[in-house]
Amino acid sequence: MQWLDARLPLPRLMYDSFVAYPVPRNLNYAYTFGGILALFLGVQILTGIVLAMHYAANSAIAFDSVEKIMRDVNWGWMLRYMHANGASFFFIAVYVHIFRGLYYGSYKAPREILWILGVIIFLLMMATAFMGYVLPWGQMSFWGATVITGFFTAFPLIGDSIQQLLLGGFAVDNATLNRFFSLHYLLPFMIAGVVILHVWALHVAGQTNPTGVEVKSSKDTVPFTPHATIKDGFAMVVFLILFAYMIFYLPNYLGHADNYIEANPLKTPSHIVPEWYFLPFYAMLRAITFNIGPIDSKLGGVLVMFGSIIVLFFVPWLDTSRIRSTAFRPMYKIFFWILVADCIFLGWLGSKPAEGIYPALALAGTIYYFGHFLIVLPVLGLVETPRRLPGSITEAVLAKNGGGGAPVGAAAAPDTKG
Amino acid sequence: MSVHDTAEPNRRDFLYIATGAVGAVGAVSLAWPFIDQMNPDAATLALAEIDVDVSQVAEGQSITAKWRGKPVFIRQRTAREVEEAKAVDLGSLKDPIARNANLPSDADATDVNRAAEGKEQWLVMIGVCTHLGCIPLGQSGPYDGWFCPCHGSAYDTAGRIRQGPAPTNMAIPPFEFTSDTNIRIG
Repeated sequence: MQWLDARLPLPRLMYDSFVAYPVPRNLNYAYTFGGILALFLGVQILTGIVLAMHYAANSAIAFDSVEKIMRDVNWGWMLRYMHANGASFFFIAVYVHIFRGLYYGSYKAPREILWILGVIIFLLMMATAFMGYVLPWGQMSFWGATVITGFFTAFPLIGDSIQQLLLGGFAVDNATLNRFFSLHYLLPFMIAGVVILHVWALHVAGQTNPTGVEVKSSKDTVPFTPHATIKDGFAMVVFLILFAYMIFYLPNYLGHADNYIEANPLKTPSHIVPEWYFLPFYAMLRAITFNIGPIDSKLGGVLVMFGSIIVLFFVPWLDTSRIRSTAFRPMYKIFFWILVADCIFLGWLGSKPAEGIYPALALAGTIYYFGHFLIVLPVLGLVETPRRLPGSITEAVLAKNGGGGAPVGAAAAPDTKG
Repeated sequence: MSVHDTAEPNRRDFLYIATGAVGAVGAVSLAWPFIDQMNPDAATLALAEIDVDVSQVAEGQSITAKWRGKPVFIRQRTAREVEEAKAVDLGSLKDPIARNANLPSDADATDVNRAAEGKEQWLVMIGVCTHLGCIPLGQSGPYDGWFCPCHGSAYDTAGRIRQGPAPTNMAIPPFEFTSDTNIRIG
């Protein structure tokens, strides 16, 4: 090992990053989702590579090849259900991870780059998931691709050319399927690359913790192994139990029956819905039903939808509060949970048909979403009176545990959960 | 005092800029094939013209042809449908432009401008909702025309948007009657 280390310090890098690396002693279970996400990226890449051995990216046989995976290929049904539900669980984990970051102010200086890299990963995940959903070539695959690439036609002048460039034709067809397969295979590896940068940036700045107080002495930290390793490992096992339950008992619960009908370019399903993890964005897309000045309703919806993610890039600079953790911001805590409820509400609206009162409610939800980031975050930081911060992480932990003083760095209780 | 501090550009500066410029042009020229390969190829573009035999389409019947991967509705409308479409006041239309590729781009959305030239009972249009690309259902909805089940856009008997989120009338492709029973689209 020393021989290798002298020539390529890889063992040392691993040791420093995942064994001796100091982590705050008060991390709660909300902090285990980073590890879970890394695990699921691995699961998706592994199952994806073996599925690609049996899948055929040709519009004439793609649907049948997926059915063959389900019926004939040894363990094919399990591998495909792992991959399909794995995408959903990937998004469950990433949403918890993002809200964790918002709650504990993980985006604030000096972690802006860390946050921005995370948003880039999120965008790549969405692109990957969308293109992956097209591959089974069912009705939802085909019409989902038609509607989503149709967004680009909203842009004046260049819109139609962009759409034809993406599709490789005038409508979704074999050329589209082939390029989506190629990119669907490529993007996870790009995600893996950005994840390495994300972890690198994390290890430069150090992890945040539920108090938001920076690490001040070695008493505030514990070594990554065994403390964080075991805690992350336990969270992974619990998460995988839920995952296994979905795979074996509810494998199609999150899917759509329409996608078991082969794609038909001449017939649209009566109700097109994206996968659940895109529903809040879909609701925002449809919320804009009126023209805004020179921007017609179609372009307006597309801009709002993309804007809802772009705004995340600017969160580190939109939040003016000096306090990192929401646990010490009594007013912001309320707004944070309103935002969570708003996102769930938008998701529910996205699954409803765009008629009756639903578009109006979606508009209200969209306005709050942007209001939270563009008004609440900057203003509240200036007017809010935060609670008193603890002097150090150790002080907070000891106060919590009655001065016990035992090394309880991996204490299970999410002690500052709002 | 190094040579780089002189105010006068020297031959080395020129060489740097020239090399950089040639390199940039080269990179862009090399990138173009990698981008352009994604565009529709010649075989796809060649499908851009089809002939459709309409001798079997009686009054009140429709057929759907496939042109550029999209459905084209070809309908011989009933006299009542034509009358309904003609009776519409142009001021009440959401999109007052004909969207007919055979006419100037600012033509009014009158029924004559929407229908085939000289054969007003014939309507040939791309059967794709102008909202997000779904395929509307024929002879349904509140205006007896087409109704898109996805987001509730309703079109009248001339394929004009009357109600719902779609921004424009359904598009009329470039086409002509090569004989009384044959339509060439594209």
